[in-house]
Amino acid sequence: MGQGFRRMATIVHKEWLHIIRDPRTLALVIVMPVMMLMLLGYAVANDVEDLPLAVADLSRTDASRTLLEKFSASGFYLVTHVAQNEDEILQLLDAGIVKAGIYIPEDFGRNISTGGVGTVQFYIDGSNPTVAQTAQLAAETVSQATSQQILIQRLERSGAGLTISLPIDTHILYLYNPDMRRMNFIIPGLVAVILQVQTLLLTAFAIVREREQGTFEQLIVTPLRSWELILGKILPFVLVALLNVAMTVGAGALLFGVKVAGSIALLAGLSLVFLLSSLGLGVLISTISRTQMQAIYMASFIMLPSFLLAGFLIPRDNMPLLAYYAGYLLPVTYFLEIVRGIILKGAGLITLWPWIWPMVFFSVVVFILSVLLFRKQIG
Amino acid sequence: MSKENAVEAVQLTRLFGDFTAVDQVSFEIPRGEIFGLLGPNGAGKTTTIRMLCGILKPTSGEARVMGFDVARHAEDVKQRIGYMSQKFALYNDLTVYENLDFYANLYGVKRETFKPRLTELIDMAGLQGHERQLTADLSGAWRQRLALACAIVHEPPMLFLDEPTAGVDPISRREFWEMIYTLAGQGVSVLATTHYMDEAEFCNVIGMMYNARLIALNDPDSLKEAMEGVLLEVDCDQPGNAESVLQALPEVTDVAAHGVSLHVLVDAETAEPAIRQALVQNGINPRRIERVLPSLEDVFVSLVNKENRLRLRAEIE
Repeated sequence: MGQGFRRMATIVHKEWLHIIRDPRTLALVIVMPVMMLMLLGYAVANDVEDLPLAVADLSRTDASRTLLEKFSASGFYLVTHVAQNEDEILQLLDAGIVKAGIYIPEDFGRNISTGGVGTVQFYIDGSNPTVAQTAQLAAETVSQATSQQILIQRLERSGAGLTISLPIDTHILYLYNPDMRRMNFIIPGLVAVILQVQTLLLTAFAIVREREQGTFEQLIVTPLRSWELILGKILPFVLVALLNVAMTVGAGALLFGVKVAGSIALLAGLSLVFLLSSLGLGVLISTISRTQMQAIYMASFIMLPSFLLAGFLIPRDNMPLLAYYAGYLLPVTYFLEIVRGIILKGAGLITLWPWIWPMVFFSVVVFILSVLLFRKQIG
Repeated sequence: MSKENAVEAVQLTRLFGDFTAVDQVSFEIPRGEIFGLLGPNGAGKTTTIRMLCGILKPTSGEARVMGFDVARHAEDVKQRIGYMSQKFALYNDLTVYENLDFYANLYGVKRETFKPRLTELIDMAGLQGHERQLTADLSGAWRQRLALACAIVHEPPMLFLDEPTAGVDPISRREFWEMIYTLAGQGVSVLATTHYMDEAEFCNVIGMMYNARLIALNDPDSLKEAMEGVLLEVDCDQPGNAESVLQALPEVTDVAAHGVSLHVLVDAETAEPAIRQALVQNGINPRRIERVLPSLEDVFVSLVNKENRLRLRAEIE
């Protein structure tokens, strides 16, 4: 045991030297999480707010001005251009200068004040469906609210001093993510992604590289045992992975205001368990790859579907049944629920238990199978 | 098992699918001897060495190294052997000292002897003053000596060297073999593969491998004496034409180019006049014909040709 521990520690020390001396690995370790955070944080997950809006108000009445004010007040739109007619709005949309346009015809105010229907033409740039959907929803909500207000005013005016209120008043309250901010969805997911991608790649590379340079064979002739080799190889990456989780969560809180609502210890503990599956997959890939190139192909073969199916970017609820159930086979699916639960809802061990036990189960199974396969190969 | 043998291979065989890489190879290496495994690339030398080191499992047959069965007592074998592969398996991003330190720790070199042992090895490899240099920056010959130092860090009584001099200049090759001699003098047994015939002269015993089989096994002098027939060195103009002319003669068993001259294998020295006559008839001037002692290369070529003739005959029948 004493000698075994010494041999394992020797591998850990050597692996550590590789990490700090290889600029590529260092880049993968430090740059990747930060880069992904920045990319997803600033580029991908831009929430729909202050969409540039062109306005052509030919009516110039109280009613039209009220409607436009409501649009500005909603926060979704920012009036950036005042147009004279419909054509000008279309030109602005064509040029991509505005994302939406609103045309209020001359008869709008008159129709409303005479109890008729005021028609408004609304244009949305549909090239980005996500943005367009939100823009459409916002436009509908704003015009409905304004319509209701006008309707109530009319009724109050006609009925003798009655106070009218709408029969159904639905209050919607978003729990956990009150502002519906996409970063709240993305950052916890990022923790899972980094643990999966980085750990898997680093582990696979660390073993395949030995094969490529012929040192693997040299290790086999030494008294080193396979469990000492595996533990020695993965321990440094466990440390690296935990450091990265801390970095991601910290940056998420500092830069994007996504604070951890639940227990940090629980998050760290479950991250460790999830790591087993990534480490296992890394070992598995190294077992079936001869070169680092093959390892990269194998890794993307595993990682791409796992991100799509696990619900990192696209919520799983909207998936076809087959894809939905396939997601249940991936440890990362459960881990995503767990991280989101802990960070956003402050959920604890008991609430998350339905997600925890399958994750633990799958992670341990993946790890043990991979290590057994690896041992069989070198034995 | 005799106590005097460091290695005993009995009918060692290894298949890769349908391909036979090593075919029933048997030999012994007495302790303290240098055994050279010769043969062209693909003859099965590396596969043999890998089986003896426990990297590959034999398909059939067995091997004992330092008295331990390779298949059943791999751990006992590992502690007693040093192995140096063709690739000089070193970590390029570690320094000279770190590479040695790494293997010394894996082999469990005792703390008390750790520092002096590493200093001793650095002196032996002539790497003093380069301890902190990255291995990537070392020349081929230095990498080779460092690889040897790493392989013997735990003072193994048995050393396996797989083409240890590949890609190293002739002077460094000679220096390397001197180190091997020194080790053998200290009682270390050595098995080295090579395809440099001149290196084979350094070995006490030679095994020649061809097409997965061991086709000869003896000490260098006996191999040369055992070569059938007489070897004549023919120095002439137009050696290219001469080769085909001589090949057609019934007295000639074999002709091989040897530098600018030809080595002609004949049954007896009496064939000389016939050779001279044939050359003159074809307008070739035989400047010099004399009997020479065969080199190991001649022995190998003659054995390979004999092997091929036997095989051809077997196929025809």
